[in-house]
Amino acid sequence: MSLEALYQQIILDHNKRKVGYGLGEGGTPSHQYNPTCGDELNLTVRLDDSKSVITGFEWEGKGCSISQASASLLSQEAAGMTIPEFTEFAEGFREAMRSRGAIALDEEEFGDLAALSGVSKFVARVKCAMLAWVAAEDSLARAQDSLD
Amino acid sequence: MTNPVQDAYPVNDVRGLFPQLAVPVNGMPLVYLDSAATSLKFGIGLRKELDFASHEMAAVNRGAHTLAAEATEKFDEARATVARFVGARPANIVWTSNATDGINMVANGFRISSLGRTATDGRFRLAEGDEIVVTEAEHHANLIPWQELARATGAVLRVAAVTDGGVLTVDAVRAVVSDRTRVVAFTHVSNVLGIVNPVTEITALAHSVGAIVVLDACQSAPHIPLNLAELGVDFAVFSAHKMYGPTGIGALYGRDEALAEMPPVLFGGSMITYVDYERAEYLPAPAKFEPGTPRLTQAIGWAAALDIMSAIGREAIAAHEEALGSALYDLVEPLPGVRILGAKHGVDRVGLVSVAVDGVHPHDVGQFLDSKGIAVRVGYHCAQPLHRRLGVDSSTRMSVGMHTTLAEIEFAVDVLSGVRRYFGEA
Ligand SMILES: Cc1ncc(COP(=O)(O)O)c(C=O)c1O
Repeated sequence: MSLEALYQQIILDHNKRKVGYGLGEGGTPSHQYNPTCGDELNLTVRLDDSKSVITGFEWEGKGCSISQASASLLSQEAAGMTIPEFTEFAEGFREAMRSRGAIALDEEEFGDLAALSGVSKFVARVKCAMLAWVAAEDSLARAQDSLD
Repeated sequence: MTNPVQDAYPVNDVRGLFPQLAVPVNGMPLVYLDSAATSLKFGIGLRKELDFASHEMAAVNRGAHTLAAEATEKFDEARATVARFVGARPANIVWTSNATDGINMVANGFRISSLGRTATDGRFRLAEGDEIVVTEAEHHANLIPWQELARATGAVLRVAAVTDGGVLTVDAVRAVVSDRTRVVAFTHVSNVLGIVNPVTEITALAHSVGAIVVLDACQSAPHIPLNLAELGVDFAVFSAHKMYGPTGIGALYGRDEALAEMPPVLFGGSMITYVDYERAEYLPAPAKFEPGTPRLTQAIGWAAALDIMSAIGREAIAAHEEALGSALYDLVEPLPGVRILGAKHGVDRVGLVSVAVDGVHPHDVGQFLDSKGIAVRVGYHCAQPLHRRLGVDSSTRMSVGMHTTLAEIEFAVDVLSGVRRYFGEA
């Protein structure tokens, strides 16, 4: 498969730019590890005072361009969503990633994240793209737990 | 290449033996530089497996019918072929699933002996404070079984250090060997560095304190003519699938005394002389380690592969690969931002080079090479502690096989040289 199908310029850029990079104090950080390649990611979802809107994502980690760009693009595109909005958004992203190329991410809905559509054809790389999302869902679940 | 051996080596004929080399990857000819993970297979070997399974299949070592007798004969021949290939006698070869299985069997031999139920196995009995020596250069397969054995018995795991260049010196092993050392387990060739370790010296050192030596020969057996009897190790393991043979089979080599002393670790049919409800008596090795129906087709296929290697010539293959490995190292070394793991000078090496590329993750390096049909291994190659020791998280490994050409090496290095630019690092 062609390299360009995987590495769109947006991905190469976000691999360097890293929106949301840098972890602050507190919150409910989630640590995710990919044992096949040793990649690691720590990510915290920040919520507003009402605990219903995501104000932003903070993350640090090391990994391939796909995992780094995915974390960066997630931080760029999903900030400002309500929790139910994000849950649906993450489901849609996951479904596309697991579709083996059948479902492209819609640019209207996913913005620059649509650049990651090609990843779904590279089955070995889907985990890389999902790392930040799994961390985000985990961080969010634990933030909600801590409310109860 | 100007090397006369290289000129004489019939690499094009050799390539014709591997059907997979004719299958393009991403529309490009396959450049297979992942032999250290698993090798390509000979068409002839695969056909032998199919022929055997199609026409000659029968249960071995039992049954009086003609097919059973003929299958048993072929199976025994296969064991003899594997034995010859590594300088051993058939009685010294135990079939396993792979190298990992072989190491686990030996470790389990220690564990079972340490329970204190058998009498003949004093050297296999570990007590609290006994020591197990491994090295920083080990694959997880030659580390974790020993870690678990230490945990189960109260023995202490000691780890011989490598230099910053990944070199394991005899002195480094001496530094962790003591009169409590019961096992010294180490790799002949590192699967990350390609460096050949000094087996005879380390073995002599281990034997001087009465320790049992376990050699991981996974990465040497396919590439270096091997005489395990001469090396003097007590045990050695290797896998068929890295030697152009099938998956699912490997061997545990043991010296006579070692196999006689080690207790059986798997139990069932085909391994006994006498059974009643209280106990069983066991056949001599190798049968006492081989309960159950063996890997028949795989043994036939493996022997076929080794016969082809022998016909081409072990020395010739080794010389060819060494020349390629050396060229690979020399071509990669000057690339800016590309660091080779492991020294070149003052050590013997097989044709294997792992690199860390500045600013580019190995997954991305591997993907970039893959788009040009080049197959390499990325990650930590089942050697996390070694990567940590060398100060990198993971690496990209290129390893040659008997079918590799200089043109492939040059092409791969040329593509590698473009990786950093593509990912905006140069
Ligand atoms: C040095 C070394 N030891 C052990 C192993 C394990 O071999 P296997 O997976 O065939 O059991 C490998 C291969 O991955 C290896 O390279």
